[in-house]
Amino acid sequence: MLSPRAMILRAPGTNCDHETAFAFDRAGAFSRRVHVKALTQKPSLMKNFQILCIPGGFSYGDDIASGRIFALELSSRLADVLHAFRDRGGLILGICNGFQVLLQTGLLLQGPANSPAQASLGHNNSGEFVDRWVNLRADPNACCFLQGLHEFELPVAHGEGRFVTRSIADFDRLHSAGQLVLRYGYDQQGNSTNPNGASGDVAGLCDPSGRVFGLMPHPERFITATQHPAWNGHLDADAPGAGLAIFANAVKAVS
Amino acid sequence: MLWEVDVYLRDPATDHTARAVIAGAAELGIAACTRAQSAVGWLIEGDFSSADIERLATALLTNPVTESFRLAAAGDPSLLEPLLLQGTADLPTVVHVLPRAGVTDPAAQTAKEAFELLGLKPLAVRSLRKYWLPELDKTHVERLAGKLLASEAIHDVVVGAVELRTLSGGRPWSFSQTTVTLEGLDDNALEKLSRDRCLALCAHELHAVRQHFNLLGRPPFEIELETIAQTWSEHCCHKTLGSPIDHTGPSGTVSYDNLLKETVFAATREVRAELGPNDWCVSVFRDNSGVVRFDGDHDICIKVETHNHPSAIEPYGGAATGLGGVIRDVLGTGLGAKPIANLDVFCVGPDNTEAADLPAGVIHPRRLLAGVVAGVRDYGNRMGIPTIAGAVVFDPGYLCNPLVFCGTVGIMPRNSADAAVQAGDLVVVAGGRTGRDGIHGATFSSVELSSTSESQSGGSVQIGHAIHEKTLTDFVLEASRQRLFHAITDCGAGGLSSAVGEMGAQIGARVNLECVPLKYEGLSATEIWISEAQERMVLAVNPAHWEKLSHVAAAEGVEATAIGTFTGDGQLTLCWQGNQVGTLDCHFLHEGRPRQRLKSIAESPRLEPTVWLDSAAPLSLEDCLLALLATPDVASKEWIIRQYDHEVQGGSVVKPLLGPGAGPADGTVVRGVLGRNRGIVIGVGLRNRLGTSDAYQMAAGGIVEAISNAIAAGADPAKIALLDNFCWGECRRAESLGTLVEACRACYDMAIAFTAPFVSGKDSLNNVFAWIDAAGKQHELSIPPTLLATALGQIEDVRRAVTPDLKRAGNRLAIVGLSRDALAGSQLELIGCVRGGSVPRVDPVACRSAFAAIATAQRAGLIVACHDCSDGGLATGVAEMAIGGGLGARIALQSVPAELTKSMPLSARNRDLIIAFSETPGRFLCEVPAEREAEFAALMADVAWSFIGEVVAIGPDGGQVEILSTSEKIVTVVSLEQLAKAWRS
Repeated sequence: MLSPRAMILRAPGTNCDHETAFAFDRAGAFSRRVHVKALTQKPSLMKNFQILCIPGGFSYGDDIASGRIFALELSSRLADVLHAFRDRGGLILGICNGFQVLLQTGLLLQGPANSPAQASLGHNNSGEFVDRWVNLRADPNACCFLQGLHEFELPVAHGEGRFVTRSIADFDRLHSAGQLVLRYGYDQQGNSTNPNGASGDVAGLCDPSGRVFGLMPHPERFITATQHPAWNGHLDADAPGAGLAIFANAVKAVS
Repeated sequence: MLWEVDVYLRDPATDHTARAVIAGAAELGIAACTRAQSAVGWLIEGDFSSADIERLATALLTNPVTESFRLAAAGDPSLLEPLLLQGTADLPTVVHVLPRAGVTDPAAQTAKEAFELLGLKPLAVRSLRKYWLPELDKTHVERLAGKLLASEAIHDVVVGAVELRTLSGGRPWSFSQTTVTLEGLDDNALEKLSRDRCLALCAHELHAVRQHFNLLGRPPFEIELETIAQTWSEHCCHKTLGSPIDHTGPSGTVSYDNLLKETVFAATREVRAELGPNDWCVSVFRDNSGVVRFDGDHDICIKVETHNHPSAIEPYGGAATGLGGVIRDVLGTGLGAKPIANLDVFCVGPDNTEAADLPAGVIHPRRLLAGVVAGVRDYGNRMGIPTIAGAVVFDPGYLCNPLVFCGTVGIMPRNSADAAVQAGDLVVVAGGRTGRDGIHGATFSSVELSSTSESQSGGSVQIGHAIHEKTLTDFVLEASRQRLFHAITDCGAGGLSSAVGEMGAQIGARVNLECVPLKYEGLSATEIWISEAQERMVLAVNPAHWEKLSHVAAAEGVEATAIGTFTGDGQLTLCWQGNQVGTLDCHFLHEGRPRQRLKSIAESPRLEPTVWLDSAAPLSLEDCLLALLATPDVASKEWIIRQYDHEVQGGSVVKPLLGPGAGPADGTVVRGVLGRNRGIVIGVGLRNRLGTSDAYQMAAGGIVEAISNAIAAGADPAKIALLDNFCWGECRRAESLGTLVEACRACYDMAIAFTAPFVSGKDSLNNVFAWIDAAGKQHELSIPPTLLATALGQIEDVRRAVTPDLKRAGNRLAIVGLSRDALAGSQLELIGCVRGGSVPRVDPVACRSAFAAIATAQRAGLIVACHDCSDGGLATGVAEMAIGGGLGARIALQSVPAELTKSMPLSARNRDLIIAFSETPGRFLCEVPAEREAEFAALMADVAWSFIGEVVAIGPDGGQVEILSTSEKIVTVVSLEQLAKAWRS
């Protein structure tokens, strides 16, 4: 059987595209990095892929707000293509900056047309960029990417990752729809590892179909044990990291 | 029409900027500033309706969930009203902070490009920050603006309404030629001319220029003189280090024809000769970075640069562009290398300096450090390069002249280290546009700072635009993969004049300056030629590849423009719309600088007796240990490390914070290529506290520390490449020049002793600050002689890397290397325990044996944790290992192999402190699996070593570190919790 094909969609300032492509390849996909310029010039490219991933980075510098311009570009020029891709069974994954992008394109939160966005990612409570490892709890529901995952660790690295909804009702609606599938958990000493003050400790959410998923932590940075800050003397250096399962799940779901 | 849009957070509790302003104001003693509001503002010029602007604000500028906006014509009084939030009445002072005209404004550039996605094409956009504050004294507002809200070098501050009507400015430069008269000027007049024009040329150099042009029968044009000044600057050509020097040192008199070539370069030449067919250096001291062999398919390269003067004036922009510059050095090596790791080292004044003690024009160390950290963070993180190694040291000597070192490691396919410009190649400039930013950076960094530098040299401070550099990197690496250019270099100090000048040094070039794309109109030919606008590279492109190259540039959204040709006529010819505006003979430009013979003297370091200072109230071992863990140099740098993305690209294996307890690392390790196991190890060494007393031992100790860092992490001692970064103060006096010579001698000796070649380096001299205090007294402060040594190591298999965190209770602890009682410059001295004594000396033979023994034992799997003893010595090292591993330890000082001076009787306590805290270089703490101690012992035949204790499990009440005194009578017990608290304080 042919490997499923994963498009790693990059924009100026995307900077996690290589390791994300590497993660998909490790998980059994055949990945290709594609510049958003190339995709806008030739949207039919999308037809050759089963998975679309928007990786981390600082698309267009994030000078106005994280992911804003990339999201605007996607929704103004490629909305139909992306919706058609999802509707024919394609998977869409947004990591960190990619999550910020997906959230602003509306692909994750299908509210009624023209309704104001219900959720967003604000500046971290600390006001600062932070790179650290967090404990995560998955509640996969329909999310293809998280099947079989429960508790695991991944690193975060962002300045704007605080999940926030417009109202408590919006939060409750996403919760009861089963979309809040990934939350920050507690470390061994029982301290919360929520790095940014996210409401409800939300670290990632999926769309109602479970085929579109965005998360702030970086699964592509925990593909092998040696990426963990305490691997030395504690983990088998050749063991896979917890993040690999997310890519493997995606590959499995479209195979 | 000029519109203003203000974007603000709907929930004031999330306004971190306002919170920071209130806290900062309190620190500045402005008590009345108890509340504040902030907004991000946008000035947008164009023929737009308010509905257009509203559409822009809604779709692009505002987060619909967290933010609101308001808009009006710029200057409209409604824009001054407090934001419509609870409790915002009574904030009548409105301060706008906006980039000065001509200063790079990345956010505005991005916004302008993004507006086009919505079909709106503004004439100009500028970003601003806006603050609403309580009623304050005018002086308080000025103080706040000057010290906290704005940076004078790059910002305009407007209090009250912004009365701008237009943002556009500048008309095309109208062509004119300026000649400079050197004829008939005496030395004083020549030096005045040099100073007035910021040329940093001395009289004897201007004599050579005058003579050259006399032979041509004409005076130089301004643009020619500027080109010479850039090329001959200390920054570009190692003026001092490359000089002939007569040196009188402790071991006699020696004459150098070229100090650098006969010390640092010579060591590399000798090491390479000794390695013969196994020479693993590829390209050293000639390209933008040093290149060495890595694996069968790749070479790796490294460069470390300083950006001291710009960072002293504008820390954020200075550090960011320092990092941006060194990244471009790697990108501009050979046919282009991919940057895969960054490092940064800062030397700043004490963070508890009283504001009143600061000379005018000097930024407080705390603010400076926050600024440089933010600059490295914002640039490095955006570039997607992990910042994985570094250090920060605090010393009064750096108060006025902070040091900012930025380094980058790159990887490239084999056989791409050699690049050669061919006659007929196009001169192509790619990346950012050229503006007035950074004019005179090369010559500015070669002159002394003074309290008026801030206002004088504003033009030489650059602001980075990381995303332009990121797209430029993507473009260069793709063009390199397709082999679309013959050579490449970065536009750094000196701008196009240095880049094109260097590339064409052998064959000559003709440049049409009007072809260079500009940010705005109005730049003269000279300004275009020497501007140091960031994020630009120059490529030599075969005309046959030009179309393909343009295509790759367009696909990545990068502007690439052909601005001339490499000619082959040996002349550098500058044109403006067909008129020849300057011609320089390449040979004169690159070889014509007259060299001056210098004299230097180095005295034997004075030996002062060790004086114990705390006899009235002696500190216990526990007091000292906790105090040492908390000194600014030793204490955790977590607040900095966490702001840097040190994991992007997925390759980091030994990170700066590691183990279950997130303790400190020595060397850090990254994979060269994802999916492969060969790794790169980076270590840095800096013994700045020894610089004033013994420059030789300062340099030697720094080199040993850098190598020890790398060895502790698992680097192969046979493949250590070194980098030197000399930062010196005043170098004109024979005594100060003597310290530089001594440091160079140390570099030579260490490189030979460890068969570790230097592959690249840089110097920054004249780190001197002159000021006149309130009483009218003149002062001058020079930095202590400082050599930053960087070790680039390699590890065959990263799975064999070793980290310092303790691993398992019951394992044995060993120390390798002899401890001595030289305490000068130690952290123990810093905490006020002791003064004087001799400087710790490097024993190169013992160090080499220790490196080899450690590496052998690591390869055999006999060391599961390894930490080099440096700042704070042995006991501090054990504490750090315990913190990282979340395990306890027990050690006996009596077991530590030591050699103490017999001349003075030593109290039991002082003997304990010496053993516990002396900083003798070249020692390692090792954790050895209990069941393998005999194997370990067998490998240590050639070194001084001993088992000194063991790893202890965590009890129900937590873990602890126990230290048994040399008399074996006293046990000092400190809980892990206390240790961690002190280290994290």
